Amino acid sequence: MAQTAGRRPRWIRGWWPAWFLLPPVALFAGFVVLPIVLAVLLSFCSWNGSSAIQFNGLANWQQFIHDSSALAALERTGVLVVASWLVQEPIALALGIFAAGRQRHRAVLTAIYFLPMLISAASLGILWNLLLSPVNGGVMYASTHFGLFFLDHQWLSDPDLVMGTVIVLVAWEFIPFHSLLFEAGTRQIPRSIYEAAAIDGIGPYRRFFRITLPMLRHTIVTSSTLNLVGSLTVFDLIYTLTSGGPGQSTRVLALAQYLEGFESLDFGYASALAVVLGVLAVIVSMLLIGVTGFGKMRSQSEGA
Amino acid sequence: MSQLQQERSRSAGQATRAPATPAPGRRRAEAKRAAGRGFRKGTTWLLALVWLVVVAAPIYYMIVASIEPTSVYLSANPWFPTKGITGANYGAVFSSGIVSYFFNSVIVAGSTTILAVAVSLLAAYAIVVHGSRWTGIVFRCFMVGFAVPIQALMIPLYLAILRIGLYDSLLGLILPMAAFSLPITILVLVNFLRDVPRSLIDAMRVDGAGPLRVLLRLVLPLSWPAIATVGVFDLVTSWNNFVFPLILTQSPSQATLPLSVFNFEGNHLQNVPEIMAAVALSAVPLFVLYLVARRRLMAGLAAGLGA
Repeated sequence: MAQTAGRRPRWIRGWWPAWFLLPPVALFAGFVVLPIVLAVLLSFCSWNGSSAIQFNGLANWQQFIHDSSALAALERTGVLVVASWLVQEPIALALGIFAAGRQRHRAVLTAIYFLPMLISAASLGILWNLLLSPVNGGVMYASTHFGLFFLDHQWLSDPDLVMGTVIVLVAWEFIPFHSLLFEAGTRQIPRSIYEAAAIDGIGPYRRFFRITLPMLRHTIVTSSTLNLVGSLTVFDLIYTLTSGGPGQSTRVLALAQYLEGFESLDFGYASALAVVLGVLAVIVSMLLIGVTGFGKMRSQSEGA
Repeated sequence: MSQLQQERSRSAGQATRAPATPAPGRRRAEAKRAAGRGFRKGTTWLLALVWLVVVAAPIYYMIVASIEPTSVYLSANPWFPTKGITGANYGAVFSSGIVSYFFNSVIVAGSTTILAVAVSLLAAYAIVVHGSRWTGIVFRCFMVGFAVPIQALMIPLYLAILRIGLYDSLLGLILPMAAFSLPITILVLVNFLRDVPRSLIDAMRVDGAGPLRVLLRLVLPLSWPAIATVGVFDLVTSWNNFVFPLILTQSPSQATLPLSVFNFEGNHLQNVPEIMAAVALSAVPLFVLYLVARRRLMAGLAAGLGA
C-alpha cells in the first residue's frame, strides 16, 4: 500500500471524491441523518401536526415513565423479539440446510418456500386477517369442516391468544428470509470437510453439531441481528392485521409510537417513544456487531 | 421415481468410496446405519411437506377465494370453489383504479432503485478508488444507517417532507426510500469494487483518463452483476414499502400498491373475495419477476440481507 501510494496518479490523491460523494451524502444527510436529529429534538417538544412546534422540556419523557400503556407496549415488544428469535432461528436453520441440498425436487419445494418474501407485509396482514376471520374465514372453516379442531379459536379477537398469533405470523413472514441466509451459508461450507468426516466415520448428529453449526456461526449472528432488529420494529404486518387491538393487546412499541403520533396527534410524545425504539434497535445491532465485529462479517463473505 | 434416483445416486456415491470398506463384520452396522438414514430421510421429507402446506395453503387460499362469487362466499367452502368461479372480483379491483396505483408503484420503485444505485455507485467508486482516511470515515457514516430503523423515523420524516413541500407527492416517497437504501447499496457495491483489479484503472490512467471517464468506461461495465443484484433488492423493498406512502401521502392519486390494497380493504370490509383479488393482484408483479429471474432475485435478497 505504502509503496503504491507514491506511484499513484495525481487524480487518485486529489479532492475529486468530494464531488462524487456529494449526491449520496446530501441524500443521506437530508432524509436519514436530519430525521434522526429531528426525532431527538421533537421528543422535547409538543406538536399536534398543525400548530407551531413548542419546546416543552422533559414533559414527554416524564409522561413516558408514568405511562403504563407505553411500558406495557415495551414489554410486549420484548416478548415479541425474544419469542420471534426462539421460533424463527431453529426453523430457518433447518429449512436453510434442507434447501442447500442440490436435488431437483428440493429446488422445487424451496421455490415455493420463498414465496412469502415477495408479498408485501401489508398485504400479508390483510390476507391473514381474512384467513383468521371468525366469519367463515379459511381457518375457521378448516376447524369445523376438516376436523382440525385445534384451530377452533378466536385467533385475532381473544386478547390472550392474539400476541401468540402475531408471533406465529411474523415468523411466517420472516422465516423465508432467514432460511435464504442459511441456505447461502450452508452452500459455502467446503464439501471436503464433510468428505473427510465421512471417511472418519462421523455420524450425522456430530456432523451437524461439530461441522455445520460451527461453520454457520457468522451466518447465525447475521441472521440473529436482522431477526432481533426486524421483530423489534415490525409494523406493517401488525398494523394491517390488528391495528394494535383488540384493546391494546398487540400494541407493540412501533405501533404505539405511530398511533400516538398519527392518530392521537401527539407527535412530541410519539417522538419520545420513537427515540426509545430507535435507541433499542441501535443497541441491539451494536451489541451483536460488537460481538463478532462488522469487519469480520464482511471479510467472511468476501473471502468465501 | 425421485426416490429411485436418489437411491441410485447414493449407492453410486458409496461405490466410489468403496475400496476402504468390505470387512465382513461391518455389514450389520452398515445395515443399521442405512436404516437410520432412511428414518432420518423420512422425517426430513415429512417436515418439508408440513412446511410446504404451512407456506402454500394461505397463498392457495388467497387465489381460490379471489375467484369465488361474492354472493356465495359466506356460505360456500372457501377452500374449494364448489359453487362456481368468477372473474368479477378482479373486474371490481380493476375498476377501483388499481392500474394507476400500479403505475405509481412502478414510478416510485423504479426511480428509487435508479437513484439509489446511481448515487451509491458514485460513493462506492470514490470510497474504493480513493481509499483514503476521510473517504473511509464517510463510508462508516453510511454504515451507521444500517442500525437505524425506518419505523423510528416516521414522525421526523413526515415533518421534513411536509416542510419542504413534498408531502403527498411521489417525489416525496422516492427521495426518502432511496436514502434508506443507500447503506446496503453502497456496502454491496464497495465489496464488489474492491475486487476490480487496480492495474486496469492504472492502465486507463496512463492513457490520460480522469476519474469520471474511468468510472463510466471501465467500472460501470464491470459492475453490472453487482448493480443488478443490489438493484433487485432495492426494487423489491421499495415496491413493498408500506410505511412511507402511509405517512407521506394522503390523496388516493398518490398511493402505491401496498397502500391502495389497504385502503381497498377499508372500503370493502364485507367483500372478502374482492379484497383477496386486490391482494393477489398486488403480488403478481413480483411473482412474475420471481418466475423469470429467480436466481437473480434470490441473490439480490441474500445480498441485501448481509449474506
